[in-house]
Amino acid sequence: MSGSRRSSFSLLLALLPFAGVAFAPLYLAPYHLLLTDRFLSLGILAMGIVMVWGHAGVLPLGQGVFFGLGGYAIAMHCKLVALAPGELPDFMLWNGVEALPWWWKPFASSAVALTAAVIVPALLALVLAWLVFRRRTTSVYIALITQALALAFATLLISRQGTTGGFNGLTNFDTVFGAPLAGDRTRLWLHLASVGLAALAYVFARAIGATQAGRLVTAVRDGENRVRFLGYSPAPYKILVFVIAGAFAGIAGALHTLHMGMISPAMVGVVPSIEMVVWVAVGGRTSLYGALIGTVVGNLAKDRISSEWPTMWPYLMGLIYIVVVIALPRGLSGVVEKATTHG
Amino acid sequence: MSTLALGLAQLFDGLSAASILVLAALGLALSFGLMRIINMAHGELIMVGGYLMYVAQQHLPDRSVALGLVLAFTGSAVLGAMLELSLIRWLHGRPLDTLLATWGVSLMLQQAARELFDPTGVEVTAPAWLSGSLAFDSGPLAGLALAHVRLFIIALAIAVLCGMTLLFGRTRAGLHIRAVNQNRAMASALGVHSRRVDLLVFALGSGIAGLAGGALALIAPVTSTVGQSYIVDAFLVVILGGMGTLRGTAMAALLVGMLSALAETFMSISTAKVALLLFVVAFLQFRPRGLIVARSRALDEA
Repeated sequence: MSGSRRSSFSLLLALLPFAGVAFAPLYLAPYHLLLTDRFLSLGILAMGIVMVWGHAGVLPLGQGVFFGLGGYAIAMHCKLVALAPGELPDFMLWNGVEALPWWWKPFASSAVALTAAVIVPALLALVLAWLVFRRRTTSVYIALITQALALAFATLLISRQGTTGGFNGLTNFDTVFGAPLAGDRTRLWLHLASVGLAALAYVFARAIGATQAGRLVTAVRDGENRVRFLGYSPAPYKILVFVIAGAFAGIAGALHTLHMGMISPAMVGVVPSIEMVVWVAVGGRTSLYGALIGTVVGNLAKDRISSEWPTMWPYLMGLIYIVVVIALPRGLSGVVEKATTHG
Repeated sequence: MSTLALGLAQLFDGLSAASILVLAALGLALSFGLMRIINMAHGELIMVGGYLMYVAQQHLPDRSVALGLVLAFTGSAVLGAMLELSLIRWLHGRPLDTLLATWGVSLMLQQAARELFDPTGVEVTAPAWLSGSLAFDSGPLAGLALAHVRLFIIALAIAVLCGMTLLFGRTRAGLHIRAVNQNRAMASALGVHSRRVDLLVFALGSGIAGLAGGALALIAPVTSTVGQSYIVDAFLVVILGGMGTLRGTAMAALLVGMLSALAETFMSISTAKVALLLFVVAFLQFRPRGLIVARSRALDEA
């Protein structure tokens, strides 16, 4: 009894900062608020990476794909609602496309777009995970295959300019669900949605970790064969976390697209996908909270530093990759944990 | 152009793509098989080779391609050895971590290249004996033209493969490499200096990447992102080939090169990329460990 009370107390404590961020419009300038919201949505994706990488031991290097699917689903909807009946999105006209492709049509409905932003990435994650985990593909192979997937996805988006917006992606949308995207009220709602969904994702991921399935996920990471010898098949548990991470990435992509007012292949390819992983590594690959903070703070720092010293940034970023892996394998949350348990 | 000539032209394109792939993937496959490390900076070693070829062409008096290749090989090998000694040593047995750390190295090398050289790319003019092509004007093969430079690259890839086969099969160093590859602990117990073997193989693989870069410089401009455009395909070759065997890598490179060349005649390059990925994922359904599997009784393998 006291154990469960303690755990619900620690959950409340963990949710406190979310409440603090929810009130951010009162104390943050609009520009910084927008940045925080964007990175908070990336934090949802980061928690998915923690489940797959930190808990299940499989490094996903293609999360940008699922992020992109969620983002493009919403972006297509935003493009379509701005049109009068029978009209085509601007970039299609420029590219000489004459009729709306069939797979664009359902996205005119906001319900379809919102559902698709979660379901499509989750389904793709399911198919991919089923294919690779079923045959005991090693985690190194999975890392490389997901990376190839990110490359293929970005290449495909760029090459289909007439239906995907190509290199520029989907941009120039100004209304969402009937409200102006830049309006104060919309901004507030989007902010609250980001904080709320991040908190929800955190609670969900934490709850999954506490179930038997969640324990088996970590058991698979630490000794896959032992789990097999105990009579479990590891594949379903790996598939489960991979699908959850895919759905998280889709939600993140949808939110991020609404905050940015655009989505483009540059946000979904190989480089952004691996960057998402490195912020998780900085925060701590096994800690949901660490990954969330690592992603938000890391991206804020990146935004500041890369605009002040653009040529220095790649060196610094490269150094971060190396230092985190060699000196801080458990990230900043590992440092904090060490300090609090021994100090 | 007759069907035969057209078919041969396709075959030639595939072979030429495969030659570059095998040079690009060989080092990756070797270090992955031996040390279980994933070197994301391998593409930048290719890039370094390309830039060294460019520098050689700029500053050497007779624009010797051979000297350029030697320089590309040595430069990349030295850089690879430095990388192994300074970074990779610390990450033994942590393949996914080497992936992230070496990605960091690749970011730095790319930025350095952008600052040192013209960011839009530098071009190497191939010498006269490489710039022509072997053209058939009459007979059943009329219309077929085989570019000299591509023939040269195919020859280079074959030479490297032969050299590696000789090295592995006929020399003491090769014996040690194979021993460590089969059973590191046992090889060490029998007196093989396994760390030195690691260094040798890594430097050798880096050098071959440099050769790939030097060869690439002859057919396309060298940019700071040239490595990135080859690394993913090279990794697919490694996956397809199996855990770092020479034969598997060569066969996989041939397969990927041929399939890509073939696919690109039917569909756009981007669709061909997706098709290639689907092929690899489907292939792993049947052979999860690649074409050629080094048999082992170990239960857990990275």
